[in-house]
Amino acid sequence: MKGYNFAYLDEQTKRMIRRALLKAVAIPGHQVPFGSREMPLPYGWGTGGIQVTASVLGRSDVLKVIDQGADDTTNAVSIRRFFARTAGVRTTTHTSEATVIQTRHRIPETTLRDDQIIVYQVPQPEPLFRLEPSRIETRRMHALADYGLMHVKLYEDVARFGQISISYDYPVLVNQRYLMSPSPIPAFDNPKMHLMPALQLFGAGREKRIYAIPPWTEVRSLDFEDHPFRPIRAPHPCGLCGATDSYLDEVVIDDKGGRLFVCSDTDHCAERRAAGHVGSEGLREAAE
Amino acid sequence: MAYVAVKGGEQAIDHAHAWLAEERRGDTAIPELSLAQIDGQLGRSVDRAMGEGSLYDRELAALAVKQAQGDLIEAAFLLRAYRTTLPRFAHSSPVDTSDMRIRRRISAVFKDLPGGQVLGPTYDYTHRLLDLELAHDSGGATPKCHDPMTAMPRVPDILRREGLMEPDGDGATEPGDLTRQPLAFPASRDVRLQALARGDEGFLLALGYSTQRGYGGTHPFAGEIRMGEVAVEIEPPELGFAIDIGDILVTECQMVNQFKGSKTVPPQFTRGYGLVFGFSERKAMAMALVDRAMRAEELGEEVTAPAQTVEFVLYHADNIEATGFVEHLKLPHYVDFQSELENVRRMRREHETSPPPAGGGLGEGAVRTLVNR
Repeated sequence: MKGYNFAYLDEQTKRMIRRALLKAVAIPGHQVPFGSREMPLPYGWGTGGIQVTASVLGRSDVLKVIDQGADDTTNAVSIRRFFARTAGVRTTTHTSEATVIQTRHRIPETTLRDDQIIVYQVPQPEPLFRLEPSRIETRRMHALADYGLMHVKLYEDVARFGQISISYDYPVLVNQRYLMSPSPIPAFDNPKMHLMPALQLFGAGREKRIYAIPPWTEVRSLDFEDHPFRPIRAPHPCGLCGATDSYLDEVVIDDKGGRLFVCSDTDHCAERRAAGHVGSEGLREAAE
Repeated sequence: MAYVAVKGGEQAIDHAHAWLAEERRGDTAIPELSLAQIDGQLGRSVDRAMGEGSLYDRELAALAVKQAQGDLIEAAFLLRAYRTTLPRFAHSSPVDTSDMRIRRRISAVFKDLPGGQVLGPTYDYTHRLLDLELAHDSGGATPKCHDPMTAMPRVPDILRREGLMEPDGDGATEPGDLTRQPLAFPASRDVRLQALARGDEGFLLALGYSTQRGYGGTHPFAGEIRMGEVAVEIEPPELGFAIDIGDILVTECQMVNQFKGSKTVPPQFTRGYGLVFGFSERKAMAMALVDRAMRAEELGEEVTAPAQTVEFVLYHADNIEATGFVEHLKLPHYVDFQSELENVRRMRREHETSPPPAGGGLGEGAVRTLVNR
C-alpha cells in the first residue's frame, strides 16, 4: 500500500518483534514483554496477532485468517483484508494451502505441518490473572514455577462441581515448565497443541506480551490422576458433513428449541462435503 | 428451513461503512463542518483529542474529531494510529513552563504573587445557564487581541527558595517511553507521568476525586495552575545547540501537598504534577492528584487505595486500550460460549443424578494427586 511499508509495520519494529519471538521460542511458554505498537485496529481485536503475523510474513507466504474457526466471520474478513491491502500477499481459506494461519479462538481440525506457522490472537496472556490480578505477583510466580494457586483452583472445582469446570482457555503446562494460556480456544483444541509439528506463536497486543511453543513441544492440560482432562464437544454429528470428531457451533434455527450443530471449522466442513460426506441436514434437503 | 451458513461478512462490512459515511455527513442541505470551525469553535474537543491521542497537531485533531463524529475517544484512537506510523527524529528538551507566555495563571495558596492572578478564558464563575442567544448565529464581534503575558515565576519555585518544597528530580536519566517500551514495574515517575498525560480524563478525574474522599488522601492545595504557550526545542547532535521548532499550548497544574518528613528528610511540601496539551484544566488537576497519590510508597505512606496502587492506575488509565478490550466483547464468541453451554448442560445432568456432597469434600486420593505430575 502506498505510503506504508510491506505488511504495515516498519522494518525496525518487525525486527524488535522478531527478537521477542526468538526469545519466546527459546523459552517455550514464557511471556516476553515487547514494545507493542498502536495499530489501526482496536486493542482486543487481534492487534497482537497482527503484529506477529506482520513480522513473520514474507512476500511468498499464503495467509489464512480465521475467527471462531471460520474464514468469513467479520473480524477475520477485516484482518485478511488488512494484509491483502498492506502486504499484497496471497490469501486462502484452505488450511493445507496456508503457510501462515492467524486465528482467534480455534485451531483448525486439519493437522498442521512443520512448514506452517499458526499465530494466535491472545486477549489475556496471563493464565493466573483470575486468581491473582497483579502482574508483579504473577511474574514472580512464573519465575518460581509457583503454580499451587492454579492447582487449588482446579481442586476446588472438583470439590464443588465434581469436575473441572473450565471449558475454554484451559491452562496448559508447556515443556514441563511454564503455565500458559492457550488463548480462549475451547478445551477441545488443547490436545492439538501437544507435539504439534507447526510453530505456534502467540501475540497479545494490549498486554504487550509475546509467547511461543516451538514445534514438537510437550503441552499438557492441567488435570489430576483421578480427574483426567476431558475435552468437551457437543455430542452430535455435524448437520452438514456428518463429522463426529470436529468441534461444533450450535445454531438456533427456530424459537421452538430447534438446534443445528455444524462444524465450527468452515474449511474442514466444506472439504468433507466436497469429498461426498453428507450430514442429516443435507440428507433432509435431498429428500425434499 | 434449510440452513445457510452465514456468508457475506465482506459485503456486510462494506455496506456498514458506507452507511457510516452517510450518517457522518448527515443532511446535505446543511453545510459541512470545516476543520477551521472545529478547531476554532470546538477547541476543547480538539485539545482532548490531542492530549489522549498524544499528538500535538490541531488540524489533524480537528480532522479526527470530524471523522469520529465528535466521539473523542475514537478521535484520540485515530490520532494514535496515525502517530505510531511517524518517524521519530528527535527528543525535545524539557519544556520550560516558567518561561510560558501566560494566558491563565492562578494560585490557590497565595493571595497575590509576582505576575498576579490571571483568570484568562475560564468557565470558572460563569453561571451555568443555557445561553439561548447562542442558539442563533450571533455574528459576533471581532475578538479582541489579548496580549499573552510574559514569564511569571512558578509557585513551587517560590516555595523552594525557602527550602519548603522538595527539589526537582535531576533529570539526568533519559526519560522512558511507553510507546516504545512496554510498562515494567517498578515504573519510574517519568513513565507514570507519561501514562497519566495520555490517560483518560474521566478515569483520572474519578481517581483524583476518590483521593479527596478518603481513598488515599494527599492534603492537596492547588499551588498553581497555568495555561499558555511554551516553546519546544530540540538539540540536534550535529548542531550542539538548541533550536526552537515551534510553540505548543499546554496546561500545567502543580499541587502542593503536605509531607511530615522522615528520619532523613525534614518536613516540607511535596508535589503532584499535571501537564497536558491544550487547555485541559480538569485533566491537569486530576493528573496532579493521582501523580501525588502514586508517590505514596516512595514517601513512606501506607498504600491502601486504588489511586495509590501504581499497577492498577497505569494498567487502566489508557482509554484506547480500555475501549478496545471492553468493546471486543461484541466480537463473536460462539466457540467459547458453545463449550460453556455443553459444560453447564453436563454439570446440570450430573447435578440431577448425584448432587455434590454437602461438605463439598473429596477423598484423600484427590488431594494426593494435587501434586504437579
